[in-house]
Amino acid sequence: MTARWRPVLAPAVHLRYDRVRGTDLLLLPERVVVLKGSAGDVLRLCNGEREVPDIVAELARRHPGAPVADEVPAFLGRIRAEGWLR
Amino acid sequence: MNTLSPPSGACDPAMASPRSPGSPGTSPVRPWALLAELTHGCPLRCPYCSNPLELATKSAELTTAEWEDALRQAADLGVVSAHLSGGEPLLRPDLTEIVAAADGAGIHTQLVTSGVGLGRARLGRLADAGLRSVQLSVQHADPATNDLIAGRRSFTDKERTAALIREAGLPLGLNVVLHRHNLDALDALLDLAPAWGADRIELANTQFYGWALRNRAALLPSRERLAVAARTVRRRRAELAEQRIEVVWVVPDYFEGNAKPCMGGWGAISFTITPDGTVLPCPAAAAIPGLDAPTVRDHDLEWIWHRSRTFTRYRGTAWMREPCRSCDLREKDFGGCRCQAFALTGDASATDPACRFSPDHHLVRDLVDAPPAPASPTLGEPRRPARRAAAVAPEEAEEAEEAEEAH
Ligand code: SF4
Ligand code: SF4
Repeated sequence: MTARWRPVLAPAVHLRYDRVRGTDLLLLPERVVVLKGSAGDVLRLCNGEREVPDIVAELARRHPGAPVADEVPAFLGRIRAEGWLR
Repeated sequence: MNTLSPPSGACDPAMASPRSPGSPGTSPVRPWALLAELTHGCPLRCPYCSNPLELATKSAELTTAEWEDALRQAADLGVVSAHLSGGEPLLRPDLTEIVAAADGAGIHTQLVTSGVGLGRARLGRLADAGLRSVQLSVQHADPATNDLIAGRRSFTDKERTAALIREAGLPLGLNVVLHRHNLDALDALLDLAPAWGADRIELANTQFYGWALRNRAALLPSRERLAVAARTVRRRRAELAEQRIEVVWVVPDYFEGNAKPCMGGWGAISFTITPDGTVLPCPAAAAIPGLDAPTVRDHDLEWIWHRSRTFTRYRGTAWMREPCRSCDLREKDFGGCRCQAFALTGDASATDPACRFSPDHHLVRDLVDAPPAPASPTLGEPRRPARRAAAVAPEEAEEAEEAEEAH
């Protein structure tokens, strides 16, 4: 399902750094989602041009040794299931 | 009128060093959301209007600069989301400046409107200023009944406004206050969501404060019809979800014997600024006597939120009496709604009578178990207009014409 997928945030979803709480957020009408850990950094790479393997490769480069190949596609799938990624 | 629910966390990929989400309940508690009532003026006259019985006059309204300053302070305090509401916020000629100030401070804005008096040009300016979403009220799915409940012709304006919002690419939510005069039209109301291109439809059973409390006998539905409506929502929700339309059902607290977790707790998640700058934990709280609510003209928001007696009074659980004090649900529903406790018992620190454990529960029980009122009661008393129609700003007049032509 992730083949050729170039994830991008849905139009109603805005990714924002919350300077008061020091955390990344997704802002939607009627909803705030607090992004934990590097979830915000992963979503920042979802620009509608990179495919999932490109995103994984970039994160693997930034975080050597982290299990990104397993974790990131699953995370992106969950966010898509929520309707926040297209 | 709805508010943001507590923020939810999104699962993090494992390479992350987990950080704790700044959820409510952690110290210091910070507000996430603001309800900005920009004016109490409104072209509509809904008999359940969430504005207080004492409407703020136009001359008392905050200036553009005062709103800009309040929004900056709100952002510094932690607010990330604002509903720009009223009355009808489109009656503020400086709405674009207010949106720009919120967006500039990092606050996500949603316009809450009746849809009357919004032309393409003005919506374009609002979107350019950073407006992120629009919530449009609908009174009924049948145009004539809609106009009867709203107290003026408005259905065609709403339909046209919905199309303009879609055209502008903004997310659209429909917002329906439910009562005995539109509950039976629920299927048709739900059909409006796909027909008008909405992403979301909120079905809010009337909450009985202010105007709605005054008109309660005319608005309160029967238990049987409410049960049918709840089944309708269950039946249609999945079908609409397939079309990516979210259905939100705000439960009627009178009927279930459960107090609602009002505002996610007093002074816990959000606050309201009224047209004259009064700052309240919720828009209905103005009716609580002795609350001595501060205003942005006299105090900064930091002090108001963290220190003012208005906000600390019912925060947390220390203020509670029995049966709430020793109840397992006190951290879940916060003892219900203070405004409703006051409205029905005269004591704002009482347990919400909607709760089955409240010693005053018979006050709502007797009402909902009473034999249904005669078949076609009145709609109730329309809310008063806050000011004369002549006060509509020149720009709105021009936009209205433009809208007529476009139509
Ligand atoms: S009269 Fe109706 S549209 Fe106007 S503010 Fe009240 S509820 Fe909203
Ligand atoms: S007694 Fe108080 S805390 Fe317990 S359920 Fe009722 S309102 Fe909620």
